[in-house]
Amino acid sequence: MSMQDSREAAMIGRRTDGTTVRRPLSPHLQVYDMMQMSSLSSILNRITGVAWSAGILLLVWWLVALALGEPAYQTAMGAMSHPLGLLVLAGMTVAAWYHTLAGIRHLNWDIGRGYEIPAMYRSGWAVFIGTAVCSALTWAIALFY
Amino acid sequence: MAEFKLPANSTIQRGKTFKAEAGAKKVKAFKIYRWDPDTGENPRNDTYELDLDKCGPMVLDALIKIKNEVDTTLTFRRSCREGICGSCAMNIDGLNTLACLKPIEDVSGDVKISPLPHMPVVKDLVPDLSQIYAQLRSVEPWLQTETAAPPDEERRQSKDERAKLDGLWECILCFCCSTSCPSYWWNGDRYLGPAVLLQAYRWIADSRDEATGKRLDNLEDPFRLYRCHTIMNCTRTCPKGLNPAEAIGKIKQMMVERQG
Repeated sequence: MSMQDSREAAMIGRRTDGTTVRRPLSPHLQVYDMMQMSSLSSILNRITGVAWSAGILLLVWWLVALALGEPAYQTAMGAMSHPLGLLVLAGMTVAAWYHTLAGIRHLNWDIGRGYEIPAMYRSGWAVFIGTAVCSALTWAIALFY
Repeated sequence: MAEFKLPANSTIQRGKTFKAEAGAKKVKAFKIYRWDPDTGENPRNDTYELDLDKCGPMVLDALIKIKNEVDTTLTFRRSCREGICGSCAMNIDGLNTLACLKPIEDVSGDVKISPLPHMPVVKDLVPDLSQIYAQLRSVEPWLQTETAAPPDEERRQSKDERAKLDGLWECILCFCCSTSCPSYWWNGDRYLGPAVLLQAYRWIADSRDEATGKRLDNLEDPFRLYRCHTIMNCTRTCPKGLNPAEAIGKIKQMMVERQG
């Protein structure tokens, strides 16, 4: 049972003749520029956090398979080296790097720095570019070493 | 709770179009959110075409021209027309700002105008701000002291102490920032939002105020303060160039520092 939203009270308005009418809620996501750096980098942090948490199950699967012996391990490795499996792992890499770098961006804010708008754009771009570079490096090391 | 879609009674329909007068050379279309409590219909977007050669430079000039010359039923708040009263706060071209400070020529394409986001609509561009005013009252935005004031003079501040209030006292309570904040959209019943938290910090930062501990106690709450996730939409949209996100960050720092 969820708590009643106190904002409900303001949703009741009156017509000119005094009768009550339910007011509309003004548009939010429908009109707001969510692709600007501030909200975009924030929502990506949420999404990558959720994806990474879910993706950790893959790591658990891999470890359990490793403990169970060779047949189970072969199955797990087979799935993960399938093109679709590789795609998922690549996505996990991007998610992990984005979430890590965005976390550092948040730590910087938490110690009281980087709140000016130009700094916010710089740190946002740094996270985007850093994610691309670190993800590419991760796969380069994984594939060629 | 986060509800991404608009309720059924709030979805926006296509409205009427008011064509520009014949011979108009510099035509700009204004798509404006309309809702009339008396009709019982859903909100709609009406389109007004204006000749910019016969209109002042700001979005508020266009709104006033529409109300005076095209459609007198258009309802919006305005007063000072110079960015000091905060009345004409609304969503223009995807960002919240003051219509009086927003040049029409800054908008490429049609000028889309709607009320401050995720608020109950009284009529057209007029949102109901009673919830946010109640939240402002909850932080007791006035000077509170224990000690008596000096008998024959004001409570003094050094220049440095006074400087700490710069960037805070200029807030005009237009609530562009609070209504730009997704966290305030989803949790505005309990999260105070950037405007009210900046006001709270304005009194926490005041060297003359002696209720800092009580003020911090009041904010020490998973919702009232800590629903701020540093999204930064607030600072990005403030028409006065203030920094609510930084003020909230400073409150959070003080919370940690007083743990010792």
